[in-house]
Parts: sequence; C-alpha cells; structure tokens
Amino acid sequence: MTFVRPNFRHPLYHTNDIGYSIKNYEGALSTLCAGCGHDSISAAIIKSCFDLNLEPHKIAKISGIGCSSKTPTYFLGKAHGFNSVHGRMPSVTTGANMANRDLLYIGVSGDGDTASIGMGQFAHVVRRNLNMVYIVMNNGCYGLTKGQDSATADKGSASKKGVPSVFDSIDLCQMALQLGAGMVARSFSGDKHQLIPLIKAAIKHPGFAFIDVISPCVTFNNTATSTKGYEWVRDHLEATDTIDFIPTKSEIKIDYAVGDTRKVALHDGSELLLHKNTADYDLSSRKEAMNQIESVKEQHKILTGLIYHNESEEDTHGLINTVEQPLNSLQKDDLCPGSQVLDALNATMR
Amino acid sequence: MSSEKINKIAAVNDFVIRFANVNGSGSASANNLFSKAVFRLGVPVSSKNIFPSNIQGLPTWFEVRVNEQGYLGRRGGYDFVVADNGQTMTRDYGELLTGGYFFYDSSRRLPDTFNRKDIVEIGIPLTYICNENYTDPRQRQIFKNIIYVGALAYLFDMDFTVFEDSIKSMFIKKPKLIEPNIKALKLGFDYAQEHHFEACELNIHRRDLCGQQILMEGNSAAGLGAVYAGATVAGWYPITPSTSVIEAFEKYCKAYRVDANTGKNKFAIVQAEDELAAIGIVIGASWNGARAFTATSGPGVSLMSEFLGLAYFSEIPVMLMDIQRTGPSTGMPTRTQQSDLISAAYASHGDTKNVLLFPSNPKECFELTVEGFDLAERLQTPVILMSDLDLGMNVHQCDPIEWNDARMYDRGKVLDEQQLNDMSERWGRYLDVDGDGIPYRTIPGTHPEKGAYFTRGSSHDEYAAYTEDGEVYARGMQRLLVKWDTAKRLVPPADISGQDAGIGVIYYGTSDYSTQEALDHLRSSQAIDAMRIKAFPFGDEVKDFIDSHDVLFVVEQNRDAQMKTLLVNELSVDPKCITEILNIDGMPITATFLVNQIQQHLQESINQIQQEA
Repeated sequence: MTFVRPNFRHPLYHTNDIGYSIKNYEGALSTLCAGCGHDSISAAIIKSCFDLNLEPHKIAKISGIGCSSKTPTYFLGKAHGFNSVHGRMPSVTTGANMANRDLLYIGVSGDGDTASIGMGQFAHVVRRNLNMVYIVMNNGCYGLTKGQDSATADKGSASKKGVPSVFDSIDLCQMALQLGAGMVARSFSGDKHQLIPLIKAAIKHPGFAFIDVISPCVTFNNTATSTKGYEWVRDHLEATDTIDFIPTKSEIKIDYAVGDTRKVALHDGSELLLHKNTADYDLSSRKEAMNQIESVKEQHKILTGLIYHNESEEDTHGLINTVEQPLNSLQKDDLCPGSQVLDALNATMR
Repeated sequence: MSSEKINKIAAVNDFVIRFANVNGSGSASANNLFSKAVFRLGVPVSSKNIFPSNIQGLPTWFEVRVNEQGYLGRRGGYDFVVADNGQTMTRDYGELLTGGYFFYDSSRRLPDTFNRKDIVEIGIPLTYICNENYTDPRQRQIFKNIIYVGALAYLFDMDFTVFEDSIKSMFIKKPKLIEPNIKALKLGFDYAQEHHFEACELNIHRRDLCGQQILMEGNSAAGLGAVYAGATVAGWYPITPSTSVIEAFEKYCKAYRVDANTGKNKFAIVQAEDELAAIGIVIGASWNGARAFTATSGPGVSLMSEFLGLAYFSEIPVMLMDIQRTGPSTGMPTRTQQSDLISAAYASHGDTKNVLLFPSNPKECFELTVEGFDLAERLQTPVILMSDLDLGMNVHQCDPIEWNDARMYDRGKVLDEQQLNDMSERWGRYLDVDGDGIPYRTIPGTHPEKGAYFTRGSSHDEYAAYTEDGEVYARGMQRLLVKWDTAKRLVPPADISGQDAGIGVIYYGTSDYSTQEALDHLRSSQAIDAMRIKAFPFGDEVKDFIDSHDVLFVVEQNRDAQMKTLLVNELSVDPKCITEILNIDGMPITATFLVNQIQQHLQESINQIQQEA
C-alpha cells in the first residue's frame, strides 16, 4: 500500500463530457496490501464511471464485510457508500433501490461475503432481478482473517498455508445463470481491457448484472499451487471474446474481419463489440452459456468475458409495479389518505 | 336429568361463551358474526381466538366475553360452551363452570361418560338439520356453523334483526348468499325456540354502550398506521403472529396508494428470503431516505439483532414491529406473551439500546406506529413497537382511529441541497451540533459536491471516517448516550392514575385490560395508584412513580419479569422494592389472577410487619 497519492494523472485523462476529471471519481487511499487485485478493480470502476460521464453523487456503492467490501472507500468519494453487514449487501441494496430507483447501485462483495455467509441473499437478489451491478472480488480466500479457504477455492488448490482444499468449489457465474441473472460475466483483475468494458456494460444493463472478478490475494493466495494466483490465472484464461464498449453517440470506425466480430446492442443504444475468440455460442442462451463454462472447465481453464446477456426481464420495480417517481421523493400528500378516508374506514368496523 | 335441580348461571350481558371448533372448518366467520352482533347491540365484547399452529384439523377455541361494564380482558372460565369438536368435547364438557350450559350437536347421542348433574345440556341436531335442508356437502359444513349462531340468538334472547343486518352487510357483494344464510340462522333459531324454550338464563340485551367504538385487530391498525405515516418500503418475512401487519399494509396500500392515472404503486413490499434480509431492506431504504418498516416476532428479532446493532451504531432510522409470541425458540407460536423486552431493548452485541413502544389496544397500535416513524427519523435509531399476539391477531373493541390532517411527518435532521450549499463550516455526519446527541444526516443523491459519506458499522469519527482511536470511539459512544437522554424526553410518557396511595401497580401493553379491571376491584377496599408504561427509555415520571411508592407491583406476561429488569437496570431501582406478578401460560392474563396475587402479597406483607412487630 501507499501512504501518498501522487498528483500526477494520466495525460489522456482531462475532463469528460460533464466536466469532471478522473479525480472526481477517485476515493480515499487504499489500505489494502500492495499489489492487491482489488485495487485494480477499483481503478476499473473509476475509469468506467468517468468514461460513461456519470455524476458520482447519483451512484450508491454498497458492500458487505471483508477486504473486497472495504474498496468502496477507495473509489467514487463523492458518492454515498455503505459498508454494511457480512453477507448482507444484497438486502441493503434492495432496500436502497426500492427507495430510489433513479440512482446507480454498485454492490461490491467478496467470495466469502457472497458464496458463504451471504449465499442466501445473493441467490434472492438475483431472483428479484434488482437493477444493480454486483461485483464479486473473488480471491478464493478470507483475506482479513489471514487466508482461510473460501467456498470458491477450487478443490485441490492450495493457498499459502499449503493445504489443498478438499471441497468442491462454488461457481458463482453458474449460480447467477441458474437463478436468472440478465447479465453474467467473469473477468480478471489483471485484465483491465476486458474488465472495463464489462463494467460499463453492467452499468448500462437494466437489471441484475453480475461480474465475478478473479482477483488474486497477493498475501495469502498467490502461490504456485493456487488456482486463484496471478500466474495460474494468466496461464489458464479462456476469454469468450475480447470486448469493446461503444457508447451511444460514437461512430464505430474500427474494422474487423467479417465473421470475427459481432455486436451486442444495449437498451440505451450503446453497443458491445465482441471480437470472437475460440468460443462461439449464443450469448442470450442460458443453456449454451452454462455449457460453455463447463466445457472450458473440463480443460482446466477459466472462462472469462461476457458469458450471458439478456435484457428481456423486468427489474424488481417493474415486477412489483412501482411508480416511476422515486419512492423517497413522495410527500405526505401522495402517501397519507387523510382523515375523511379514516372516518369512512372506522364506519366499516362497527 | 331434570333441570330443576340445577342452579343455572343467570346473567344479563355478563358472561363468557366458548366455541370449540375444528381448525379450518369455517367456524371463525360464524363466531365473528356472533361477537359482532353482541357489539352491535351496544354491549361491550371481547373475543380471543385460541388457535393451533396448524392449518386444518387441530382444535381451535374462540372465547367471547360479554360484559356491559366494559371489562374487555380475559375473564377465565366459561359459562356456556358450543361443543363443535369431538376431539376436545370431553375437556370442554369437564371444564364448564357449574350451572353452565353445554351446547352440542345432538345428531349423535352424548357418550354415557358425559353425566354431569350440575350443568344444562342443550342438544341441537345440527348435522341432521343440515342434511335435511342442504345437499351440497360444503354448504352442510358452512351452514352448520350459521345454524348454531341462530340457535344462540334465541337462547340468549338477542334481537334477531341484528343478525339479519350483519348478514346483509357481510355479503353486500355476494347478494345471492344473503338468503341462504338468513335461512340457516332461522333454522337454528326456530329449533331452539321449539325444543329449548327458556332453557338458558344467559341473556344479551341491547344497551347501546359502544358509541363510536370500532372492532379491529391490532395488526390491521399497525399496518394502517404505516400507511398514514407515509411508509413506502416494507421488507418482510412471514412469521406468526406478525404476518397480518404486512397483509393489512398491503390491503390499505392497494386501496389508497395506487396512482389513479398509471395504476402503479406508491409503495414497495418485498417478501424477503429471511428476517435478516427483511431488516436489511428496511435499513437500505431508510438510509436512502424512504420511510421503511418490517414486522416480525421473537425469532425474527433474534435474527435481526446484528442489523439492529448496525442501525444503532451507524444511526439509521428503523421501524420494527415485534408481535410477540410465546418463546423461547419456537415456543408456542400461536400463543401470546410479553417476553421479547430484553432481546429487543438491548438487541445486538456491544453496548446497544433501542427505543421500545408499548401499545395496549388497536388505536394505540395505529398511533404508536405513526409516532414510531417520527421517533425513528428524529432519533436516527431503531424503534420497536412491542405488540403481541393477543393484541395483534384478536379483534378488539376500541375508540375509533383518528387522524389530524394538519399533522406533518417529522423527518428529523436531514440536510437538503440548499442547506448543504449554505453551509460554511465542515459538515460532520456524526457531529453533535445541537447538543442533543442527534447529528445531521444526508440522503444519497442530494448534492454533487457536499454531504457524501461512508456509512459503516465499524468505529468512525465525527466525520464518518474509520478510526481505531479509542478516545474518538468512546466519544461517539458517549454521544449516543446523550441521544438516549434526548429520547427519554421525546417518547410518550407513562399513563399514571390515582394519587398519593402507598401502593403502586406498574403494567404495560395488553395487560391493560385485566389490570384496569383488577384495579377497580382492589380499589374498593384499598387505595392503589397505577402506572402504564408506554415507552422505553423511561421518562422521569417513571422514576418518580417508583420513588414515591412504598409497595410496588409489576404486572407482566413473561417468566423473568423483563420490564422489572429494565427498570432495575436503567433506573438503579432496588429489585426488592418491586414484586412481580407474572403470567406465562400463553393465554392473556386475567383480572381474577391479578386480584388474587396482589391481595395475597399484600396480606403476606401485613403478616410480616405484624410478626416483626
């Protein structure tokens, strides 16, 4: 970790279309270990929000407990944040979203927070199709309590302690798919070229968008025997596609060989441009996505990239038919039926 | 058996009738028809549904107390029983008071073992009459219940038109059902008149004592209170006996909160995966500036404890309704108790204290719910409405619910965009600017530059920054006590009655009905003061009351005298000063029990003083 933030910013970052510089999207100094994958994810979130010209104060960042859940302090300092209770980020985000549907909700969780203590809440927030970005910073271990295996640690994988995990791991992307998430992606904290367009797509997705980001724990789980270390992950990545996020207004002028590129249109007119890798399947088919994860797994590789994308489902507000106006902005006149109604009601109870 | 030898219980408008039914047989609506008829004759009535944790098949009882003096607590014992359940008939027969009336379906002969000589047996061949008059098996079951109500109308000499009117208003939307129901009532009435002429000396005669009062369940009133208080978000998980709070909230929201133009809802009700998620939803919504609440019972409070601690420490308003049932663990889920006081008051690890409100009747469920939302936002802390199964799920007679249209919601100290703009000094989320321990908060999305902060359950300084500095942490915890002192001045004060007696009785919640009755009885021979506690923390008046009485009783419906524990703990009262009168059988406490217990204790102290002398 560093105790000083340099004032130097990348020369290409000036201001975005709404006049903010990248500084407006940064947060406090990270207190995570030097080289922690989580800091790269924070940086990707910052860059994504900057590029998308989002107003930071219209974003709410909510987390559970653990190393991952500390990160919302380190990005978007002008946004309200909520470091809640272990495994309970999904319910807090659900409530917040019910209160104000107009904000962007970025939920940050870890593998312990989501795949163990918060498994129930994770499953149900997916079912509700809450309009949010759900990022798991997945390092396969409990960092803050010094490296115990988590439920996403692969069977046979050994962390710094050297004892191979004896239990099967939980694949959160497969769970999200099974439970009906509209967008499912996996990425690697070390691959910002893939991660940033995925985060942008997730932000634009009008419903539940899930990104499982493998993010090595440099202190406890970056050994040669671990399947969540930098080395192993880099050597075993199998990307669905390489991706560019194309905002609405941009003209696409990049040429790709015909047959190698396809576009995924997002509801607001922006597009994802996917450059095919080895895999070729229908991204809107849950069955094929599930199949692809399994096929790649059989080769002892990790499938990354956009795995599934389908915008057809309504989000929670659509499903429970709430008004367009944020509920937290309704006033007494909208909410209180008043004394005359009460008099009539009393009369029915005599 | 000859009835001349029996010393029949004779009473007008003062007796208890017990209906023994099979759960799920449709008896509830017939029994309610009966108790509502009593109410409509202007005779005060209270009914207790004593039901099993079961949907169909197990025994259920419905106890109706008719009392023109207006005593609405459970009396204990029953003078008349409608024995409609073979499983419990032996017990229902055996426990009937001497001189009482045993009403049964005489389509089958009573067993030979039913040979009490001190009661009146009233047989009506309900099954036979049904089979004669109805062919549809479902109708036979439903109308059997209505037939016995008709028979009761004759036996108690009740004005039959009240029943007819009730049926008409009951089926106003299904007019086809009016005639067959009235026919069933008449079948029962006529049979009883023909075969049991003047058999019963219990009468219910019109008195017109109920005025503008209403019949309502506490849970309906609490749900309605949440609508009037402007709650927009409810997260919840089903649990008896709290479920009907949310059902009522939904019912009233659908009636009053659907946008007429778009058909869209001005409310969001989310059935969560468990109680943890339910309170998480409330906290997320409150943090984001909506009024939000949940309802649960003891097991749910246990599960919500961690989140309640977060809300206490990070200072987020929470409105929680605890409809208490008999614990511990699963306990008796369909029986009442006041046994969550300690777990609610001090919910969560670390030093925590939560505001509690104690309603005694449906009107107060409504009022304290409305007030609870104001308090939660004013104090930025959890507020827990401590209702119970008796209050929540039984229909109670109470004064009509009132709403003052001039009443504004107290949203507490929330800074809007303009106030943030106008601020010259640095804003601190946890800075005590006003000296009342309550800081100012901001809602996400309010201002592009000012007011954003990181809410956390970890220790924080006045500016919401993480800290492990013990002094800063301690300062924050001490400030929360300043806020607690402020709460003492804001919560509803205790109701105190009587003056200058040496004896004082302390009570709260649904013990109100029976304590009032017991006090009336005891006061005929002894001056006694009384204090009904309506909130925790305790205001100064509670301590003053305790200090000014030599002999004190506390009436509770739990084993460990939990209110006494709170009094002793918070007010440094000598535990020996307060004698506890406790009822823990899961049934609402009775006045008889209270009178006996208090008299016995008073006698014991007199004996002790005499011995010492």
